Amino acid sequence: MTKTASQLQLNEQGELTHLLTLEGLSKEHIFHILDTAKQFVAVGESDREVKKVPLLRGKNVFNLFFENSTRTRTTFELAAKRLSADVVNLDIQTSSTAKGETLLDTIDNLVAMQADIFVVRHKTTGAAVEVAAHLPPHVHVINAGDGTNQHPTQGLLDMYTMRHFKQDFTKIKVAIIGDIVHSRVAKSNIHALTTLGCPEIRAIGPESLLPKDLNMMGVKIYNNIEEGLKDVDVVMTLRIQKERMEAGQVPEGDEFFKQWGLTPERLKLAKPDAIVMHPGPMNRGVEIDSEVADGPQAVILKQVTFGIAVRMAVMSIVAGN
Amino acid sequence: MASLPLAEDLYQALLKQLQNLKGAQSTSFQLAGLASGGAWVAERLAKDLGLPAYGVINVSFHRDDYAEKGVKAFNSAEGMSTKLPFDVEGAHIILVDDVLDTGRTVRAALNELFDYGRPAKVELAVLADRHRRQLPVDATFKGAKVNVADDQILVLDQADDGQFLFMTENK
Repeated sequence: MTKTASQLQLNEQGELTHLLTLEGLSKEHIFHILDTAKQFVAVGESDREVKKVPLLRGKNVFNLFFENSTRTRTTFELAAKRLSADVVNLDIQTSSTAKGETLLDTIDNLVAMQADIFVVRHKTTGAAVEVAAHLPPHVHVINAGDGTNQHPTQGLLDMYTMRHFKQDFTKIKVAIIGDIVHSRVAKSNIHALTTLGCPEIRAIGPESLLPKDLNMMGVKIYNNIEEGLKDVDVVMTLRIQKERMEAGQVPEGDEFFKQWGLTPERLKLAKPDAIVMHPGPMNRGVEIDSEVADGPQAVILKQVTFGIAVRMAVMSIVAGN
Repeated sequence: MASLPLAEDLYQALLKQLQNLKGAQSTSFQLAGLASGGAWVAERLAKDLGLPAYGVINVSFHRDDYAEKGVKAFNSAEGMSTKLPFDVEGAHIILVDDVLDTGRTVRAALNELFDYGRPAKVELAVLADRHRRQLPVDATFKGAKVNVADDQILVLDQADDGQFLFMTENK
């Protein structure tokens, strides 16, 4: 029988050996990652002169980004470097994949160069799972986004951010606004929030951008942003992923902003201490007003900083198992 | 096997040595306790010595058993992060731990400390010395040498009223 992603990411002792998906990842595993990340936050703090620890000294981390990325690739690179690993960033546009080599042949060649960890982003759903199933047991894979499916480290850094500001997942209402159907970030967040006992997850957006199975995932659907934002503790806005859409699927920039953009007026409907999150890259004036993005409730840049610690935690956990 | 040492007696013996140092010394020193047991001892010492602050050192990142145990080796620090509320550069620092045994934890603590700056002098104060050293490390200040069976771990506990107590656990 073929193993599912959530089975494949655990070894025989039930420990995390890859990170492929947050679907089916237990509460204990998630909290273990968040607790470990908390220790790594200290490594980046200003009073520490040497912002580097020796845990992954002598290990090779390969960043394989088949899709463009700035934030995720950079923070993975920085996380690996803070753990003292040697990092190789493969420029896929100019690599042998462009010459017709298959993904698994590329992987085999890199394993022959003593790879220890692969960080994989790919436009195809399940690409990281395919790599994990193919690898010898001492090599680890971290999914950095596969198609519209999962982006587990983003989901975890979002959980870290919510826990940092709101402490208890069982007491918060979370609203996710916008292009959820194309968002692997939204899916990873919904899975993690559900596992962590969040009592109310809301999806806000036009029908064409909401997946059909949201109800089955226990998510409340709102086709009106004002209603959806009422009394929430966390507001997560998402970028419209035009590159994954057919023409005419959603209203264009201005029109979208008018109906679904997060403005200061709309944000007032949420709890006064609600936090505003965005996984980036953010389009000002489309899904979010600049005044909100730069305002006191926005924690968007904290997400980026926490992302380094979360990725350090994930790498050091899988490499140690 | 000899009975367990009384942690309170050891604490008083250690406190007296540090009081003598404080009295004799014109320059001040800083305490930095190793998480978690050493941090409890440092907290109480700082209070009893009238020091305004004390530091905490989490040795996890510099442990030498990561390859064997992975991040499970982090557990002994109980989530306490390194916090050094004083300038490490040029300071006289006394590392504080509950038990000195192989010396490996102290080696890791020195590495962690030096990530924050270059101290002028570092010394070590411990409640109990199990004297089974595997590295060239020793303590300047110690409560007492203690004998515990090789297959036992000596663990410090702190009661609600702040009193210390030693227990043993099986390895």
